[in-house]
Amino acid sequence: MDELIRILSYFVGIAAFLGLNLAYLGWVERKGAGHIQRRNGPKEVGPYGLLQPLADGLKLMSKQLIVPDNADRILYMAAPVLCMVASVILFVAIPWGENLVPREFDFGLLMIFSVASAAGLSILMGGWASGNKYSLIAGTRAVSQSVAYEVPMLITAITIVMISGSMNLNEIVRQQAGGFWHWNFLAFNKSIFMPISFLVFFTCSMAETNRAPFDLGEAESELVAGYITEYGGMGFGLFMMAEYANLMIGCSLTTILFLGGWQCPFGIFPGPHWFLIKMYFLIWCFVWIRWTYPRTTLWGLLNLSWKYLIPFSLVNLLVTALFIKVF
Amino acid sequence: MSTLLGQSQLQETFELNIGPQHPATHGVLRLKVTMDGEYIVKAEPVLGYIHRMHEKMGENRTWNKFWPNLGRLDYLSAIAYNHGYAGLVERAAGIEVPERAEYIRVITVELNRIQSHLLWFGAFVLDLGGFTPLMYAFDEREQILDLLESVTGSRLTYCYFRFGGVYNDIDDDFITGTRAFIKRFRPQIPMYHDLVTGNVILMERLVDIGHVSSEMCRKYGATGPVLRGSGVNFDIRKNEPYSVYPEFDFDVPVYTECDSMARYMVRMKEMEQSLRIIEQALDKIPDGPYIAEKVPKMIKPVKGDYHFAVEAARGTFSMRTVSDGTNQSYRMRLRSPTYSNLSLFEEASRGMLLADALAFMGSLDLVIPEMDR
Repeated sequence: MDELIRILSYFVGIAAFLGLNLAYLGWVERKGAGHIQRRNGPKEVGPYGLLQPLADGLKLMSKQLIVPDNADRILYMAAPVLCMVASVILFVAIPWGENLVPREFDFGLLMIFSVASAAGLSILMGGWASGNKYSLIAGTRAVSQSVAYEVPMLITAITIVMISGSMNLNEIVRQQAGGFWHWNFLAFNKSIFMPISFLVFFTCSMAETNRAPFDLGEAESELVAGYITEYGGMGFGLFMMAEYANLMIGCSLTTILFLGGWQCPFGIFPGPHWFLIKMYFLIWCFVWIRWTYPRTTLWGLLNLSWKYLIPFSLVNLLVTALFIKVF
Repeated sequence: MSTLLGQSQLQETFELNIGPQHPATHGVLRLKVTMDGEYIVKAEPVLGYIHRMHEKMGENRTWNKFWPNLGRLDYLSAIAYNHGYAGLVERAAGIEVPERAEYIRVITVELNRIQSHLLWFGAFVLDLGGFTPLMYAFDEREQILDLLESVTGSRLTYCYFRFGGVYNDIDDDFITGTRAFIKRFRPQIPMYHDLVTGNVILMERLVDIGHVSSEMCRKYGATGPVLRGSGVNFDIRKNEPYSVYPEFDFDVPVYTECDSMARYMVRMKEMEQSLRIIEQALDKIPDGPYIAEKVPKMIKPVKGDYHFAVEAARGTFSMRTVSDGTNQSYRMRLRSPTYSNLSLFEEASRGMLLADALAFMGSLDLVIPEMDR
């Protein structure tokens, strides 16, 4: 019975938290973009445009679902749902606080990486099933992109696993207890390259979530809107929300692996608030980068991964192994 | 699965139709692209979606009634087109232009050129996926539009020049406003360079991409920043001086790299040079009439063949007319720069990646209504 209540309360809690975040991260992005671009951003609907996400949601939901003639009906409808479901499932493994975790997995990190690859699949599905050449190109791009970036991301995660000796996300955070000098991104005693590998992981999570400057899947000046060209109404809405959900997962994972999760920088009052502060700060960095940088090309993106990030992560892996053996 | 996708799987190449409605074409240009994966085998521009027969219109209405058409060719640097037509008819009918009018013409044309380059800058970086510079450029552009609105009465499709001068004199407000704008805009250009030019991703997308040699420019008749980005020092303002341009001290920026970056830098430098010209013109502007007093209402040029060229924001705009001595033109010909600039796209884009080709097209600075006329 306790278990049932626990499952139900986490289900409701995560659904509410996620719903609020997915709606309002869109607002944060638009407001942030507005201020970066010397304009106001949304401001008409409600104070500071705070009701804008509701208005957008209503509009998207009231739109007719149009399936293009060329499209493969079932896959076309399934793709946004798969994208959303895969991102929501991931939240089950995220430890927000010491005891605030929906389900403590021994292989939490592995679970996150394996379920997260469904996002790439759903983009390919949506792109292919739309029956539009722009969407198809975008889908193939998204796949080569996620293949290229999952490799350095995984290798970097493996170095963390080697340091912690565990794939349990709670355990990884627990080992970073104390001040910020105990956090993994400053763990010079484990490997001298830790700050750089933090940046590698951050960059990879940016590429994994298809965010600018790596948003080749929806490059609007080349591919109109990429894989979402043929989607309208809530199909589009689900893809957008899944993008923000993936953004949250990427930032949470960076927080857990490198920034000490719920740990306080000064070693006092650790708790979920520190987790949220770190996660939102990283999300804000994503927004900031998106509205400052132009987009790379597919070749530039693949070159960055295969020529720089992957060799570097491999070197880092070896150095970490050496450090663990020697010290 | 659809036949559309089924076919493309069997073929080595497939056709992609970009436009007439597409975010990258900035208008109704259509590209029929044969692609091999992400590489372009052949990109064929298809024109004519906004053809309005401007040349024919010039032949069946009086000289004066053709004025409004000039604002609707290149809607981004319309005043330079006004200048081309004014120069043509003044040369044909032998009308003397007061010096003050020529100064006003130069000031407005150069302001319009900065405005056009600013919009290009924003839209070009937007093509590359950076949205923010567009907003910054529009901020500055807005001030130029306000200034021009106060003297010309319109903000986009200017019809400001008249035979023998301009429609409206500039006042002290305009002069102080322009000086204030120059003061404000000068430090903005280094900021644009900080924000955009030095960016790693931008360099990767522009340097050594979109090679246009000077031979190719000659072959297709490309002019303007495209030609100057290929290392050819050619600017009508210097090479065939018209109006009062010989009285100003300005440089023609030339880059020899022949890539998209060179064309980008040419335009950025041209904005600085235009500021220099405006500053000098504001200092030197003489008093006097702003329009010649004895311009006949009904203009009837002597029989003959006339030609006049100006340097518009996108390159050489030249007009040629054959007059048969009546109050209408017998034959009117407009030579617009981006038509020639686009012509080289097909040859230069072969073997490029789709993303690079669209960035390259952005660096040509196309305005479709001017191409179709």
